Amino acid sequence: MSLKDKYCIVGAATTRFGRVPGVSPLAFTVEAAQLAIRDAGLDREDVDAVLCKYPPTGFHGLWAHKVSEALGIQPTIAATIDQAGATNLGLVQYAMMAIDAGLISTAVCCYGDNPLSGTPGTYGKALGADAAYGFIGVPSGYAMIAQRHMIEYGTTSVQLGAVAISTRAWASKNPNAHKRDPITIEDHQSSRYVVSPLRLLDCCLVSDGGAAIVVTSADRARHLRKPPVYIMGIGQHHVAWDLPRRPNLTTSGAKVSGQTAFRMAGIGPQDVDVCELYDCFTIVPIITLEDYGFCNKGEGGEFVEDGRTGPDGSLPMNTAGGLLSESGMAGMQLIVEAVRQLRGECGDRQVKNAEIALVSGQGGIMHTHATAILRR
Amino acid sequence: MTTDYAKPLPEMTADNSPFWEGCKRHQLLLQKCSGCGHVRYASLTCPRCWSMDHQWVPSSGRGRVYTWIVVHQRYSKAFEEDLPYNVAIVELDEGPRLLTSLVQIENEAIRPDLQVEVAWDDVTDEITLPKFRPVS
Ligand SMILES: [Zn+2]
Repeated sequence: MSLKDKYCIVGAATTRFGRVPGVSPLAFTVEAAQLAIRDAGLDREDVDAVLCKYPPTGFHGLWAHKVSEALGIQPTIAATIDQAGATNLGLVQYAMMAIDAGLISTAVCCYGDNPLSGTPGTYGKALGADAAYGFIGVPSGYAMIAQRHMIEYGTTSVQLGAVAISTRAWASKNPNAHKRDPITIEDHQSSRYVVSPLRLLDCCLVSDGGAAIVVTSADRARHLRKPPVYIMGIGQHHVAWDLPRRPNLTTSGAKVSGQTAFRMAGIGPQDVDVCELYDCFTIVPIITLEDYGFCNKGEGGEFVEDGRTGPDGSLPMNTAGGLLSESGMAGMQLIVEAVRQLRGECGDRQVKNAEIALVSGQGGIMHTHATAILRR
Repeated sequence: MTTDYAKPLPEMTADNSPFWEGCKRHQLLLQKCSGCGHVRYASLTCPRCWSMDHQWVPSSGRGRVYTWIVVHQRYSKAFEEDLPYNVAIVELDEGPRLLTSLVQIENEAIRPDLQVEVAWDDVTDEITLPKFRPVS
């Protein structure tokens, strides 16, 4: 039985983003959770599930339990899930399933970390067993994929740059964005290589901060403080194979995840008003747009050229600035931004008449993927 | 042989030690599935038939560049003097791909589908890394 439109996001919040010294991962998580619960007009006794993604700066056993303790909540369900950058949307889906099963009524899904000021080097560790060859740092994995996309489809560095420019143009309209100074294609092309073919401006920020959302049933949502945002469709897919064993490096879990979410929602890409696509590296939204069917496979580079995804473009994408410019945190902020767009809370960066929003999350080196389609 | 080798070494496990023992003998080993004959890079199950039974079989050691990167960022002190250095995925003639580095070639000269062959690097007494060089 479909869960379409039966569950809603009723609270959404972010903390300060950027370099925020002196705040622990736990404190960011708890602050975001409190803000999101209050945004919904709820209090802690209204929340009976605490769902978390653990912070990459350090593995903590029983993380969701530590968060629950700090929040003063003894939940029916507390769980820490590891799907890397797809976790946050995964948490939404598990919340929906738990509510639908009658186990809980309201879940807070929360995330916070301090990789910039707390534990530098978090994203520069060896990639699996291949450190012997110097295969180190998250950008190295995505650069392998970007290079293969260039080989197969002729995608160019200038096309990657179009994604960076577009997200920064949006971020310039977001007072809470980590990086707000607009950039040009010359800035992109003259930025140093981190791991060729990826330049510095192809790589997401490393940012401190937290974000959280609250999920409940549509029946309950109608009586709360903010207009409900309905979950029309949701899906996941996990290709799992590590890079050398993965049959194809240029099609991701977005394909099946997106098909699942679109089928559940009963709409297609042409119906989407605003996209919040996980953009840890510029190649990722390009592949995601292809896999979701916004364009054909291999045409993603061309699709993002000419400002199509920017503030004056036909497909507004990453309207708060994404991971490339708003905050490098692992995706919860993208769900928050979609909710804010659908509520009409976005001020200068508000997309007019935004009715349907698409959010993606993905992680590892494109090992994991999740998709949600939301409406007001 | 180098005793002061400072770079990370592959971790030997019960699952991959035959591969690294082969490398020590300068033999690049793949797994041939006992269920269906599919030849793969070391993994626990056959991607085709799900069998866990396999034999280790020698590869030709020849293949083509599938994709590659050039690392400019200093992630590790151990690799600092090599910067900028390449890391590549090579597709062997038998089909499987493996992660490696390309040697005896300038980074700028690396091309897709470049024909390469294994070039053994005896980095310690115990570990030999299979790297690849252009076929002359
Ligand atoms: Zn088999």
